[in-house]
Amino acid sequence: MTDNILTLITFFPLAGVLLIFFTPRGNEAAIRQVAFFASVITFALSLYPMARFDRSSFQMQFVESVPWIPSWGVHYSVGVDGISLLMVFLTTLLTMVSILASWTAIQERLKEYMIALLVLETAMLGVFVSTDLFLFYVFWELELIPMFLLIGIWGGPNKLYAAVKFFLYTLAGSVLMMVAILTLYLHSGDPLTFNIQALTEASGGFSPTVQFWVFWALFLGFAFKVPMFPFHTWLPDAHVEAPTAGSVILAGVLLKMGTYGFLRFAIPMCPQVALDPTTVTIMMILASVAIIYGALVAMMQKDMKKLVAYSSVSHMGYVMLGIFAYNTQGVSGGILQMFNHGIVTGALFLIVGLIYERRHSRMIADFGGVARVMPIYAALFSIFTMASIGLPGTNGFVGEILILVGAFASEYRLAAVVGAFGIILGAAYMLWLYQRVIFNPMVSKEVESMQDLSLREIATLLPLAILVFWIGFYPATFLNILGPSVEHLLEPIRAVQLAMHP
Amino acid sequence: MTEIALQIPNLKAIWPEMIVLVTGLTVLTIDFSLPRLNKGFLAFLGALGLAVAGIVSYQTLLLDVPTEIVGLTADPYAQFFKIIFSVAGVMIMGISVRFLEREQYHYGEYYALVLFAILGQMIMASGTSLLVIYVGLELMAIALYILAGLFKRTPRSNEASVKYFLLGSFSSGLFLYGIAMTYGLTGSLDLSTIAGAIDGRGASGLLLLALIMMATGFAFKVAAAPFHFWSPDVYEGAPTSVTAFMSVGPKAAAFAALIRVFTVAFGPVRIEWTTLFIVLSIATMVTGNFIALRQTNIKRMLAYSSIGHAGYLMIGLVVGGEIGTASVLLYLLIYAFMNIGAFGVVILLNRVGGVGDQIDDFAGLAKTSQASAFVMLVFMFSLAGIPPTAGFAGKFYIFMGAVQAGYAWLAVIGVLNSAVSAYYYLRVIVKMYMTDATTEPTLNVSTAMSAILFVAVVAVFVIGIFPEFFLSLAKSSVASLL
Repeated sequence: MTDNILTLITFFPLAGVLLIFFTPRGNEAAIRQVAFFASVITFALSLYPMARFDRSSFQMQFVESVPWIPSWGVHYSVGVDGISLLMVFLTTLLTMVSILASWTAIQERLKEYMIALLVLETAMLGVFVSTDLFLFYVFWELELIPMFLLIGIWGGPNKLYAAVKFFLYTLAGSVLMMVAILTLYLHSGDPLTFNIQALTEASGGFSPTVQFWVFWALFLGFAFKVPMFPFHTWLPDAHVEAPTAGSVILAGVLLKMGTYGFLRFAIPMCPQVALDPTTVTIMMILASVAIIYGALVAMMQKDMKKLVAYSSVSHMGYVMLGIFAYNTQGVSGGILQMFNHGIVTGALFLIVGLIYERRHSRMIADFGGVARVMPIYAALFSIFTMASIGLPGTNGFVGEILILVGAFASEYRLAAVVGAFGIILGAAYMLWLYQRVIFNPMVSKEVESMQDLSLREIATLLPLAILVFWIGFYPATFLNILGPSVEHLLEPIRAVQLAMHP
Repeated sequence: MTEIALQIPNLKAIWPEMIVLVTGLTVLTIDFSLPRLNKGFLAFLGALGLAVAGIVSYQTLLLDVPTEIVGLTADPYAQFFKIIFSVAGVMIMGISVRFLEREQYHYGEYYALVLFAILGQMIMASGTSLLVIYVGLELMAIALYILAGLFKRTPRSNEASVKYFLLGSFSSGLFLYGIAMTYGLTGSLDLSTIAGAIDGRGASGLLLLALIMMATGFAFKVAAAPFHFWSPDVYEGAPTSVTAFMSVGPKAAAFAALIRVFTVAFGPVRIEWTTLFIVLSIATMVTGNFIALRQTNIKRMLAYSSIGHAGYLMIGLVVGGEIGTASVLLYLLIYAFMNIGAFGVVILLNRVGGVGDQIDDFAGLAKTSQASAFVMLVFMFSLAGIPPTAGFAGKFYIFMGAVQAGYAWLAVIGVLNSAVSAYYYLRVIVKMYMTDATTEPTLNVSTAMSAILFVAVVAVFVIGIFPEFFLSLAKSSVASLL
């Protein structure tokens, strides 16, 4: 069993799907339980590679590989290094949390909902464990279908527009990525292969022209997903209309697939272009713009969910900033911030979802004085607010400080300054939000009758809160996992840097 | 010449054709000798004959001993296409029965005509002489003119038939003119002899004219822009089961002949016609996909969608070689399953008098009929080329060929078109899953229909997830052509 642990983790949610499929429609309690247990077991299974992962090695671990489509040289091959392992853990955790968060929120077509969520989990896990580009691409696209349905069926009033926009924007980016993948494949030597490691090794032989086109085609695919400014316009729509769990997964995991793509493909496979000063400058500018733009737009929002959505644009800007700083601090900070953002923004979407369920409004102006009726809620909200701002002691601090140190150590000090300024803006919009919702005088009677969190709801947020402090106080647990992989990623980059500036 | 005349015809080469012919004649005979017999039996008989023909084709393909009889070859390339025609034919038989019964046009001749059209398609795929290909083309076309006008009391069906007939005969005329000119220039109708005559001599102006004539004829048949104008009207007006048939069989047959003629006979002047088909391909993709965005009638939408698909297929023709040709074969096989499947759901939904032909009529289908909505969802995602469906594997292969042959820019145009096409396929899904029903749809489910849809969905997933078998079959089928 342990030989196939990654396959087991990836496809276990589908076992849940099968069970749900045969559960009668009326038996909603059973459907919920089956879905929840499937996600819990998947989560539990993902702890095994976390525990047994060799933290001193950058190698892909728990690898499996069997020929899948021999005519194309496609293998079903999976494996994890530190970066993907962290993403797998994040995915299983957030899916479990999402299912728990949907317990009462989803009343209509529950069966299809749970099936979509679990299929989505398999697709996301597949993206992170694939070590074959073809397999990766299949999972990457597959993930669009359940997410499209989640937004489109269980979403808000403007769900159709949001769902179609989400699908088409992401698809437009990823079809170009497909051409890039094909180009890589056809340059992979003899025999042709989609194997990621082999392609990375062969990348030295790619001509600058090939690298140029491949990099920018991959860029489009990933930039839509991250989303980088100015490719982000689908994100606020998708988030606002998606059901809470959809937002959690979207912000928590799906966006990470974009930055993960940069780390795994775009940068290692096209090092010459990725390291080109022009490219890095463009990336730094886009990242800085995203940080400031996202924060400023977030500040102006009247809708809490939209605010959190724009804060995502800002936070993902930090991740890009860290990655393109090309040093240990920046890259590991960027990856850690991917994880942090998944937890904190996921939690914030849950927080918004919780009062939406009670008040059926997400407008900031409709609230005020929530602390008086929902003290536990206010306390948890404050934890995630602080984490989002990056207060020392929370995970946000560790990630952001590493990124800023990394950026400052690189040649792009101005970007570090912009990033630091962005943190101030971040504090402004989050604290202002917190103040208006939690403290201001109560504006309506309906707020007065709101119930504090139930045990289930606390259980949904608690694991995320624990991780906030865990990473805040002892980030080594996670940074150790990343260490060798980050160094391995930077190795060829350092070589090129050295060649450029001896 | 005398040698050929004295040769005992090697009938092995035309077994599938003979089986289809005999089945067609049997269906006709039974129909007029036993008029009270349930017509469903005739459909069953037809499907059985086609299944046998398909299996025989597959067996011959595996043997890979090209047998020939004057002007007809049984090379693996032809056999692969015969499998596609048989598969499409069996599916058409299955989806037609209840539909024709309901519309009260349940004639035995329908099945016989479908069989004769398939016979024509098979001849087109295996013809090695221009004249034989022409005969196949006409056999198919005449059967289709009648089928399109089957609903004789419906004006739209009449219109479809006449339109199809007029434009069809016009294009046949062009094609024939091209044949005549080629014959005049090279003194032969045999494809390889033509190639020999052209080789070394290069392309003369007259030859190019002949080439353009024939390309135009084929472009009409596959509904490539700017020769596509007939297809949306014909698709909309013809009985839905006939539309389903027309969207797959004739298109595949036209591509079969097109590729054979241009690869074998005009292979030496490949450079001259590549540009022509690149232009056609781009025009076809863009026209099909962009006009499809604005359609409200599902049959018209699928008509434009099928124009778009013809554009992708032409990329395969432009690329040529093993990978380009094999990708066309694989795609057409996949296309048969997903497109006829999609039309099957349209038939399920529509009621007498064309109700159910609007995309709006799909509203709320996911609530009223889980199964049929899901099936349609699979076909739509497959047509859009989203994994893990077969449509993705097919497109991936076509674009792989394009990138390999140095047409990465053409692949980019192709994938962007494919992204555009996702919009109109999504609209159907949005209607089914995300809006509420306006009218209570009544579904006409029959066992045959369920079985066909079930098989099609399974095929879409199997080819999508495990394409290897079909891929290597397509690959080995094109070797004989190159």
